[in-house]
Amino acid sequence: MRLCFQLNGRPVEIECEAADTLAELLRNHLNLTGTKVSCEVQVCGACTVLVGGLPVSSCTLLAYEVRDKNVVTIEGLAQPDGTLHPIQQAFIDDFAFQCGFCTPGMILAAKALLDENPKPSEDDVIHYMDGNICRCTGYVPIVRAIQKAAETLKESKK
Amino acid sequence: MSEQKKTDFHVVNHSVPRRDGRAKVTGKALYVGDVKLTGMAYARVLRSPYGHAKIVSIDASRAAARPGVIAFLTGDNLGGLNPYYGHAVKDHPLVAIEKVRYAGEPVAAVVAEDERAAFEALEFIDVRYEELKPVLTPKEALEKGAPLLHERKFEAGALRGFEGDVTAGRGTNICQEAHLRWGDVEAAFAKAAAVVEAEYYFPMAYAYAMEPYVAIAEVNENGVTIYSSAQHPFMVRHDLTTVFNLPVSQIRLIVPFVGGGYGSKSYTKIEPLVAACAWKAKRPVKLQLSVEEAMLTTRSDDALTWMRTAVDSNGKIIARQAKIYMNTGAYAENSPLVCEKATNRCVGPYAIANVQIDTYSIYTNTVPASSYRGFGCAQVTMAGESQIDELAAKIGKDPYEFRLMNVAHPSEEFFPKMRAFDGNLKQDLEIVAQAIHWKEPRSKGRGRSIGCSVSDAGAYPLTSTVVRVHADGSVSIMTGSTELGQGSHTIIPQIAAEELGVPFENVRVVASDTAITPYDRSTGASRTTTLMGRAVLEASREAIEQMARMAADVLKRAADEIEVIKGGVQCGEARLTWSEVISRYYGLPDGEVIGRAYIRKSGDFAKLPVFWETACTGVEVSVDEETGRIRMEKLATAGDVGLAINPALAEGQDIGAATMGMGIGLFEELVYEGSQLVNGSLLDYRVPRFSDLPRDVKLQLVENRDGVGPYGAKGGGEAALNSMPANIANAVYDAAGVRIRQAPLTPEKVWRALKEKKAEGRKQ
Ligand code: FES
Ligand code: FES
Repeated sequence: MRLCFQLNGRPVEIECEAADTLAELLRNHLNLTGTKVSCEVQVCGACTVLVGGLPVSSCTLLAYEVRDKNVVTIEGLAQPDGTLHPIQQAFIDDFAFQCGFCTPGMILAAKALLDENPKPSEDDVIHYMDGNICRCTGYVPIVRAIQKAAETLKESKK
Repeated sequence: MSEQKKTDFHVVNHSVPRRDGRAKVTGKALYVGDVKLTGMAYARVLRSPYGHAKIVSIDASRAAARPGVIAFLTGDNLGGLNPYYGHAVKDHPLVAIEKVRYAGEPVAAVVAEDERAAFEALEFIDVRYEELKPVLTPKEALEKGAPLLHERKFEAGALRGFEGDVTAGRGTNICQEAHLRWGDVEAAFAKAAAVVEAEYYFPMAYAYAMEPYVAIAEVNENGVTIYSSAQHPFMVRHDLTTVFNLPVSQIRLIVPFVGGGYGSKSYTKIEPLVAACAWKAKRPVKLQLSVEEAMLTTRSDDALTWMRTAVDSNGKIIARQAKIYMNTGAYAENSPLVCEKATNRCVGPYAIANVQIDTYSIYTNTVPASSYRGFGCAQVTMAGESQIDELAAKIGKDPYEFRLMNVAHPSEEFFPKMRAFDGNLKQDLEIVAQAIHWKEPRSKGRGRSIGCSVSDAGAYPLTSTVVRVHADGSVSIMTGSTELGQGSHTIIPQIAAEELGVPFENVRVVASDTAITPYDRSTGASRTTTLMGRAVLEASREAIEQMARMAADVLKRAADEIEVIKGGVQCGEARLTWSEVISRYYGLPDGEVIGRAYIRKSGDFAKLPVFWETACTGVEVSVDEETGRIRMEKLATAGDVGLAINPALAEGQDIGAATMGMGIGLFEELVYEGSQLVNGSLLDYRVPRFSDLPRDVKLQLVENRDGVGPYGAKGGGEAALNSMPANIANAVYDAAGVRIRQAPLTPEKVWRALKEKKAEGRKQ
């Protein structure tokens, strides 16, 4: 079937099968392999992308569900000139990843959090991010990075 | 090594940002799952529903006729291959042959144009099984008349990692046994002032690297090329040379970024299977396992440890004896080495005059066990560090003070025939005790524990590298060390930048392609900083020596007039950068200088282990007496790393390891019912999440520069896991007075123990 949606700010029109998940569509047909797939049962959050600004697990969302919607993947976060989004920068600065497999999903979930709550407390971060697993970092640097990114974003809005 | 004592570092010992940072936050980092080759086909695997069964017949003709199917693989169509692999024991067929030994074992594979076609074809493979009685625990497997898993006798693999023989295939289900003794334990226990004796259990755990196993293979006239998520490409290459009967030069393993390993991706996993599929299909073939399938591929050995430890009247530990039964699952994988290591590590970080440890790794009809971060040490430290606290309680001593007075001292030869102790546990303990406010009173329902461990690092010193200095002064390092997230591709250029006096930015890594990068035995056992680090340091120095000679040549001066300065040379008034030296030497602004290094078991590395891996961890937990639920409130670590090439990365290893250890202490466990794994999915296997993290975390590094790695560095990254399960058990005892000797300490176990204690209290 024919599927039209906005992907990282650009219109996409593509053929997909009814059974294709959004993760399959992104990775296999659109070559956007930044979205990672791990548990495939909506537990780990590795496959998180933003649909209409909200974080969803692309491993279990059928592709056609995003018709006419706005999808943002990790590839769409940095500015066209390569400047990293403050969350991306904070993840680097605070060593908030090791293997990096959870990172795209983690960063997008964090973006959804900060869009909704620009000044989250530590509790807010932990609560919101609980659906994203990281097996490497013990989470502590991720919480720190998200809070730092919140600061930077606040500064830039001033 | 006087230069090892250099102090004015400009790149090393700094937390420079990760080299892979930008790639990993933008989704550009390439993992095997992201690789697509032209003409690539896809494999899926059919797995055994039975724990132990004979394959009476297998017929894939209906599957082969399905649309899109290109080829299939079964145990009876492998003519031309040597299907058994294993670096310690060649017991593992790349796909089941004649029988299956665990539920989930690959029985057949289908290759098709796309994954879905391959998957859909699986149900058209007709397999007839004749069930055999499964053995599921070491106890069952050792009973008289127990069915045998392996009937054949095995040769010991040359790369097994230890000197003793292998036990597998001698008419029993014993895969490996190891025995360690010194002194006279019987006499020591007879005269002891106090003894504690008990049985402890460490569960089967799943490493859950978030990237499940994945490999792409191509077989053609050039040989076999495999992209894999393997930690040890050179070890996998070795196994494949026998499977395909090809020379080393015709097997090529390429490892891009790896999405977590923690030991679970060490040694050969799915590579022989996918290579055989590619050989059948005559096409590049990709095999991407799901997490559920990864859980059916490897796990940690679970261990039942009987242990007794004795003290004299001064509170000095005088004897330890243990008998350990490890459940190794259906195939040996790396368990023979885990068995050897568990035996050594069971002694603990204490100087004990009388020791007897007997370990048995037993084949059972369960998922094969292999390496897992900590590698035998975590299993036995659950017993060892629990027992230290029990013993302290028995003689009325503070467990922290008790440790302080018994831990091995710096340079003490606490373990016969091995390297003298190169850490400082007293210092580590003190740091952690302070960080968790050991001496201060506990609030109600809270308990604390401090634990430590020591591992004779399994890092066999065999590593080589090439450092290429280009005519513009930039540098490429060829390294076989894989980037699993630990940061090897950051610390390696840090060391070269330090030595060559060039900016970190200008040093790049070419990594983990066995056709290009020089031999490095493995990336595991916390070896990379110590061994690859030293190799990079020495190769950089070799390049410098060459460039100094070249400078003498171009300046027409004697070699001893050339002085090496940061980033180049000086001779009288003349100063040349490396770029100028190379360009002037060749007469063109191009060309390069190649520095090499080979590390082997000699010199600083003659004595094993090349370092003792040690760390100390401390926790404070709260126990909810109503529900039995434990929460880790505080965590402190002291990583005894010699010198941190990159402190932030070293600390990241400690907290990562401690978090995994916490998971095993609190809830991680693979559960079997009969021969079926019943929680084989992330829905049911719980790993630590954000909400589990302790709110008070203090990570510290102890840098005494006492290792044999570059500038006195040594390995880290496992040790903070090892003591955590025992820490949790000890802290629960401290908080609630109940002693639980089985990890994980699930709410149910804690609740039951509390209930029993109450009942006993009422009786009295
Ligand atoms: S892969 Fe989608 S939630 Fe885990
Ligand atoms: S960085 Fe490896 S899983 Fe998060």
